[in-house]
Amino acid sequence: MGGQWLQYVASGLTAGAIYALVALGFSIIFNASRAINFAQGEFVMIGGMTAVTLVGIGLPLALAVALAVLAAVAVGLLLEKLAIEPARKADTVTLIIITIGAALLLRGLAQLVWDKRVHSLPAFSGDAPLHFIGATVLPQSLWVLGGAALAVAGLSWFFGRTLFGKAMLATSYNPLAAQLVGINTRTVLFVSFGLAAGLGALGGVLIAPIAFTSYDSGIMLGLKGFAAAMLGGLGSFGGAVLGGLLLGLAEGLGAGFVSSAYKDAIAFVIILAVLFFMPGGLLGARRSDRV
Amino acid sequence: MRLIRMVRATLRNGTLALAGVLLATGSVFAQEPIRIGSFLSVTGPAALLGDPEQKTLEMLVERINTEGGVLGRKLQLVAYDDGADAEKARTFAKRLIDQDKVDAIVGGTTTGTTMAVVPMVEAAGTPFISLAGGVGIVDPVKKWVFKTPHTDRMACEKIFADMQGRKMSKVALISGAGGFDKSMRAECLKVAPKYGIEVVADETYGASDTDMTAQLTKIRASSAQAVLNAGFGQTPAIVTRNYRQVGLTLPLYQSHGVASMEYVKLSGPAAEGVRLPAAVLLVPELLPDNDPQKPVVTAYKRDYEARFKSDVSTFGGHAYDGLMLIVNAIKRAGSTDKAKVRDALEATKGYIGTAGVVNMSPNDHMGLDPSAFVMLEVKNGTWSLVK
Repeated sequence: MGGQWLQYVASGLTAGAIYALVALGFSIIFNASRAINFAQGEFVMIGGMTAVTLVGIGLPLALAVALAVLAAVAVGLLLEKLAIEPARKADTVTLIIITIGAALLLRGLAQLVWDKRVHSLPAFSGDAPLHFIGATVLPQSLWVLGGAALAVAGLSWFFGRTLFGKAMLATSYNPLAAQLVGINTRTVLFVSFGLAAGLGALGGVLIAPIAFTSYDSGIMLGLKGFAAAMLGGLGSFGGAVLGGLLLGLAEGLGAGFVSSAYKDAIAFVIILAVLFFMPGGLLGARRSDRV
Repeated sequence: MRLIRMVRATLRNGTLALAGVLLATGSVFAQEPIRIGSFLSVTGPAALLGDPEQKTLEMLVERINTEGGVLGRKLQLVAYDDGADAEKARTFAKRLIDQDKVDAIVGGTTTGTTMAVVPMVEAAGTPFISLAGGVGIVDPVKKWVFKTPHTDRMACEKIFADMQGRKMSKVALISGAGGFDKSMRAECLKVAPKYGIEVVADETYGASDTDMTAQLTKIRASSAQAVLNAGFGQTPAIVTRNYRQVGLTLPLYQSHGVASMEYVKLSGPAAEGVRLPAAVLLVPELLPDNDPQKPVVTAYKRDYEARFKSDVSTFGGHAYDGLMLIVNAIKRAGSTDKAKVRDALEATKGYIGTAGVVNMSPNDHMGLDPSAFVMLEVKNGTWSLVK
């Protein structure tokens, strides 16, 4: 029994760490633009697929992973430059619609650039499961948890200790005031997309050996990440991490003790419940009256 | 005078020429291509199936045309992509029947898109060969509807017969939430008693799940002697990996829904020892030389892999069989008259295809028997025949 519990918790936390990374991406862009970037899931896919391709042409895994994240960052920056910035003056709903269009475009391009098959990335350090107290964990799960933890630590250093990070935070609190003290909010938005894309891609690369990747694998991860961001409170970084882990745990335990046929439903029930009862999310300070 | 003669000659020649033009138009009219309609799920969740199907149809139509066509007429393929959406499939089938006026339809990648179209082809009276697996397509028999793939019931029977041969009687079932998985699970539960098999665990997972260790942990605690995964697409590869992860060592059986090298590649070393029923198309080189199917499957596999640089799959094979059945029926009927083609299709006997030897009858619109399946086992990262 103890083994079962542990098994469910372990698989829940692994998924949760990925949701957290995606949710962080949502929050970063939300803070900079008040828009929800529905192409966030596509960044996850681009990360996974690029890494698979690069490993396929013989690059060492570590280099492939780094390049895949950079490729997604480039796509994120391009997206901001070509689609979001020209529409900067438009209202939030327009921006959201643009990101939905961008998501469809990226998914279509992925079908053309790659293919419609499902690909797998070799595990970073072998497939031999680790056993403890009746549960088995793949080494890759530890990579996922470790990678996510490092990313979160890096982010908190960036936002807490660097001038530009603080500028980004300031912009999220009050864009006008930030502009008045000389912060270039355009650059903030630009960098936000790069940062969000990089986080998403990192998640995509880390999960690819476990859950595989394909041109449409971003849809579900994007939605789950959105649910996690809503649960934690959109715009709150701590909330994104908490929301991701809680959502993963709820899914893992739900799949174990109820039925995993309802696994996806759990995420959507959580979105609805949060919207009804706690529009601000668990750690969301502001009440959001936008979409 | 000369002028008049010339005019007369010109006129006469002109008349001849005109007559010639008329004759030519007449023969061009007779040369009107035979129109084969198709709606396939080339994109969307069933793209893994629809994509090779579309490629196969294109390749085959091209080849038949360079070899002189059918009844002296060229084949023309009118194909649409329904993205595995039943509503779109209906729209496209309507367009094929009403606007494109096709002579026959080969298509319907999934059971869902096929069933959405069945009432329409029945009403219009257009011969229709489905490429989907569900047993409901031809059971009960519908006048105008035929299909090429094996059914899930046959897969269950093949697997259970293999288990029975190994003196196993307690089986754990794990299946997904998709249409194929559900249908196969139901069929397996139905035929299990016939083979003295008791289902001791019956677990399910969601269509986009990425972790099945929970269900497999439960199965590990049951009294099962073997595990059967009725699944389709990429998830069975995750089941296979998780299976080894939680330390299960019981024999694992998969369905024909994963019968492609892709499954073996995705699962990696975890796939070693997995057994599944499949069409011989996957392993032509393992067939004895006197096997009647050997030349057919060898040629198709060679052509497909040379042209598209990707592994052949049974799904493309279903499209191959579908088009060849129609072409043969048109040849035997000697016309594209829909009723005659339908009768000829139903009278198909001894057609040797990629899925097996097809013998249709008024109460069997699929025409395959369990011998069309072989049991395969994954050994050293590739298929081997189970004796």
